[in-house]
Order: sequence, then C-alpha cells, then structure tokens
Amino acid sequence: MSTNKPFDLDLPDARGHFGIHGGRFVSETLSAALDELETTYKKLRDDADFQAAFDKDLAHYVGRPSPLYLAERLTAHCGGAQIYLKREDLNHTGAHKINNTIGQALLAKFMGKKKIIAETGAGQHGVASATVAARFGLECKVFMGSTDVERQKLNVYRMKLLGAEVEAVESGTKTLKDAMNEAMRHWVTHVDDTFYIIGTAAGPHPYPMLVRDFQSVIGREVQRQSVEQFGRQPDALVACVGGGSNAIGLFHPYIKYPEVAMYGVEAGGLGLDGNDHAAPLSKGRPGVLHGNRTYLMEDENGQIMGTHSISAGLDYPGVGPEHSWLKDVGRAQYVAATDDEALDAFHKLTQLEGIMPALESSHAIAYAMKLAATMKPDQVIVVNLSGRGDKDIHTIATLDGVTA
Amino acid sequence: MSRIKNAFASLEAQGKKALIPYITAGDPQKDATVPMMHALVNAGADIIELGVPFSDPMADGPTIQLACERALAHNTSLHDVLAMVAEFRTTNSSTPIVLMGYLNPVERMGYETFVAAAVEAGVDGVLMVDLPPEEAVDVEGFFKSRDLDMIYLIAPTTKDERIERIGHAGSGYVYYVSLKGVTGSKALDVDDVARNLERIRKHVSIPVGVGFGINTGETAAAVSKVCDGVIVGSAIVNLIAANADNAKAAQDAVSALVGSMRTALDA
Ligand SMILES: Cc1ncc(COP(=O)(O)O)c(C=O)c1O
Repeated sequence: MSTNKPFDLDLPDARGHFGIHGGRFVSETLSAALDELETTYKKLRDDADFQAAFDKDLAHYVGRPSPLYLAERLTAHCGGAQIYLKREDLNHTGAHKINNTIGQALLAKFMGKKKIIAETGAGQHGVASATVAARFGLECKVFMGSTDVERQKLNVYRMKLLGAEVEAVESGTKTLKDAMNEAMRHWVTHVDDTFYIIGTAAGPHPYPMLVRDFQSVIGREVQRQSVEQFGRQPDALVACVGGGSNAIGLFHPYIKYPEVAMYGVEAGGLGLDGNDHAAPLSKGRPGVLHGNRTYLMEDENGQIMGTHSISAGLDYPGVGPEHSWLKDVGRAQYVAATDDEALDAFHKLTQLEGIMPALESSHAIAYAMKLAATMKPDQVIVVNLSGRGDKDIHTIATLDGVTA
Repeated sequence: MSRIKNAFASLEAQGKKALIPYITAGDPQKDATVPMMHALVNAGADIIELGVPFSDPMADGPTIQLACERALAHNTSLHDVLAMVAEFRTTNSSTPIVLMGYLNPVERMGYETFVAAAVEAGVDGVLMVDLPPEEAVDVEGFFKSRDLDMIYLIAPTTKDERIERIGHAGSGYVYYVSLKGVTGSKALDVDDVARNLERIRKHVSIPVGVGFGINTGETAAAVSKVCDGVIVGSAIVNLIAANADNAKAAQDAVSALVGSMRTALDA
C-alpha cells in the first residue's frame, strides 16, 4: 500500500469543517449541547474503558466482524471483476445502523442522559435506536414522517415492540428530512435530559465525525479481511449513499490509499434528468440544511426540494459533509442507480446468491454489477451490503403486483 | 446612525420599550404583507421582523411552520421579500426592518448579491437563525461593509463567554430566546428571564430584545421591565392564519393585539 498522503486526514478541522462543508449551523439553544457532546466525545474517543465497552458490544451484541463474502455466481454473471460483499446485513437488527447507535447510546450513558431520540426514514435507524434503548435501559422516542410510517409499517411495529414511542411527523414533505426537523425541535425543548442519536453521518458538528468514527469499523474490517482472503487491498469500493453513513464507514479508512477507487451510489429515482430522485451529490449544489453545509437538492430560491426514491432510507435531499468534500477533492466518485436498476439488482442478488439486500443496498449492487463488467477478472470490488431486504418485501411485492 | 440604533435611542429618550412584531412574508398572500406592515406600524410597532419563508424551519413551532407553508404555496421567494421591503419604504422611511429566517435562501442568492439587494431595498438588519457567530466569521464582512446589522440569538443555555462573543459580534440588538424550545411555546417564565438578562447585561452593551412565548400585553409588559424590547411572533401569525381569507379582518385583529400590547408596554 502506498504511504503518500495527498489528502488531509485530520478532518474535520476544529470547527467541524471538511473543506467548505460541514460546520455547525444551528440555532443558539443547541450550541451548548453540541459543545458538551464534542468535549465528551473527544475525551471518550481515546478512553480505554469506552473503547472496550464499544468493542465488546460490537462483538457480542452486534455479531462483528461481519463476513466479507465472495459472490461467485454474481461475479460470473457480470463477467469481470470479482465482487465481494461486506455483510452488514448480518448484523443484529439487519443493517449497519446498529454500529452507530451502540456508539451513541454509550455516549448517552457516559453523559448521564436517560432519554434518547432519533429520526428515521426506512425505520432501520429507528429500530437500531429502539434496540439499544432496550439494551441500555433508556427511554426512546423516534420521529418518522407520516409517509414513511405508512410505507414501513413493519418497522414501526418493531419499534413499538421494543418499547419505543413512534411519533408520526405531519409537516413538510412528511419524510426523513421533516423527521429530522422535528427531532431537532424536540431536542431544543428537552436539551437538558435528552440525547439525540442522529442516524447518519450528517447534521451539525460533531455528529458527522462521530458517526463516521463509529461506522469506520466496517472499512477497518475490510482492510484486514482483504489481506486475509486475497492478499491485498481491493481495487474499488462501492456503497449506497443516503446520508452517507455506511459509505463513509467503508470509505474513511481507505481515503489515504489513493489506488483504491471509491464509488458512492445515490438514489437515481426515476432518472437524473427530472427532479424525481435523491441525488444531491450528482445534481445538487452546496447549501445549508440540518446544521451543516453540504450538497443539497434545492430550487432556485434555496428552498429544499422533495425527493423521490424507491427506498425510504435514501430519500433525503442532503448528504453527509465528508462526502461533499470527497467529491470536491475528487477522491471519491458519486454516481446514481435508478429505482428500476435497484429493483433489478435486488432480484439478481436474491436469485444468484440467496441474499436479499435492502433496497438501499440494492443501489450499490446495481452499480457494482455495471462496474465489474468494465474491469478485469483479477480485479476486486468490495460492495457494502448495508442491510437486508426483509423490511422491503412488502414494497417489492406491491411493485411486482403480488398482494402478500 | 442606523435606523435600528436610532429607534432604540429615541425610545430610551422617551422612557419606552421597543415593540417588535414578527410576520412571515407572503402569508397568506404576497399582496397582504405590505399593508400588514403598515398596519403594524400604525398600531404601535417600533421595528418589524419580517420572516423569509423557508421549507425547513427547524427552530419554529407549528404556527410559523404553517405560515411558511402558506407563503411557499405561492412561491414567496427572497426576491419577493426584498421587493416587499422596497414597496414598504416608498411610504415609510423610518421604521427599521429586520429580515428573519434561515441561511439557505441567502446562500443560494449569494452573500454579496443579497447584501447589496437588501440595502437597496431598505433592510436594516438580518437575523439568520442557523448562522451562529462562529460560522458567520466567513461571511460577516459582506454585511459589515454595507452597515447591515447582524442580529444574533442568545439562549438560556448560552454560557457567559459565548454571550460576550455574541455581544461583540452583533449590532443593532441581540435577541434573547426566553426559553428552551421552539417559537410558539407557552412556557415563558418572567423570573427566569430576569435572572438571565442580568447575566447578559454584564457582557452585552447593545439593546436586548426578548422573544418566544410572549402572547399577551401582560407578559409583554412584565418582560419589558428587564429588557429593551419585546418580540411577538406566533400570537400575531395565529391571527393571520385565523383570518387567512379576509385581509381586512386579519389587519383589524392584528392591529387590536399589537395596539393592546403597545398600551400595556407604555402603561
Ligand atoms: C440498509 C440501509 N442502507 C443504507 C441506508 C442509508 O443511510 P446511510 O447513507 O447513512 O448509510 C439506510 C437508511 O435507512 C439503510 O437502512
């Protein structure tokens, strides 16, 4: 592996900026809480007890390390590079989200907060938060757009079974961005006793940094497993990008190795030509939303636009600021897969490998299949299989005209 | 002297406190806003906070969220808001106007373009809820170069050293958020506000306005004893919402409320 360091590895800077992105654009009431969180995190990050508690739960509660699996039949089908899948779908609760919620719940515990709140789109982060709330004995409230409550009924019920309260958000577009607005409003009002577990690598500093750090276990494991399984590092990494947490978890440990290509796959929805997609890195421009500067989908007046994706977890008009920086400096490429391509990839992986991917992860699979075909058989692609598809079966059945 | 500074100086000379109503521009219709601004002045407003509608008003409660939605239903843009200010200025050259809102519409327009257009239209100050002084260092030069006042928030959670920094960074006035919560909350505690104002005054030499949770003349009068001005938003916006189909009725209802607050403040 090369040791030259063309990129600044110490980001974010002291103000939480990644180049022009990131920062802390919040109303004054939250400044003190974010300062406190930042101070606590910087202390605990290097604290042996905290790290041991985190590692222990990742091993024995989440089930890490997650396997790195060579998808032989998918590889043969594509006829090019070897496709390995990082099996985050095998984690407890079925997605990468739990890595982050364990980390943040531990922070909450160390800070003496008894109540946690979370926003959720697909419900995966909500379920992961409700799960750790049960695990650590915390009170949990999850904000979810009423559109998503409707299309992710199963996850809503899971959260309730876990003892969480689910609040349906009726404002704005009634999806993930509005759930995040409402969670922020609740936090402002209950800032003394409540810890806000943000579910992706976005939001005000220090969230993008700490979510990235908690998710980076994914990339570090891939580094080790790659050497064990094929004696070197992969040629390319592929991950879907909603807010960007599973992607940054895979990418971050690789930023310093420029020979490893990185591809983030956004939700192309009905296609990038119109407005029915959720691809701010591909089609948006920098602006300020939810506490950070980052690429956004906005109209000519700076109003945030509604988004569309077949997968609720990618249906977000912004993206974590580190991805915006990686795009600006050219270290990662951001591409898109449409609803149809993702659906097709879902069926392919299910039929060729017996693995049902989440619709979010299906976007990564879709792009990896195209990419593999352009590469040589001695090359390797690692795809982050961020979650399993059980939660999406109802959606897929409806789209296929089956009434399950 | 800036219009805002002027307004506070002349109020102080008369022993009065500033009454600062907030309305969302373009709510419920674009052409309702300028007449409503004049009605506010006639009823006793000293400064007007004019809300720039935003799709994701994170610091606002349901009342102002819905006002933004009504205004955005017919695409009230930052350009439109500046045009409203310019129109207001054709017959009123003295009442200060502060644009209040979120950063992204300004980011989109571009700081330099925005500042030039705002000054041209007759705007006096800007309060961007999600632009704290730490982030403003990159852009405050644009505002200062044209003498646009930068109004910052101070919250109950703000620590003393930050209060000092905000006191230095801001001009015109600072806006003390009376409670931990969003706009339209009802839990304002006058004694708590008084204690915090004492703390703030030690570090801040410009006037301090207090907002969030002020909805009656009685609260306004009580709070005004310890500050330089009171900001009233959701109580007014609720009246506009209740009379959304009748501009005249909305003006009458709002004038009555603002008038009663003026009377209570001056008593
Ligand atoms: C399985 C899965 N993958 C990906 C995402 C997208 O989030 P992120 O981009 O933060 O990884 C989600 C969000 O709900 C998800 O459930």
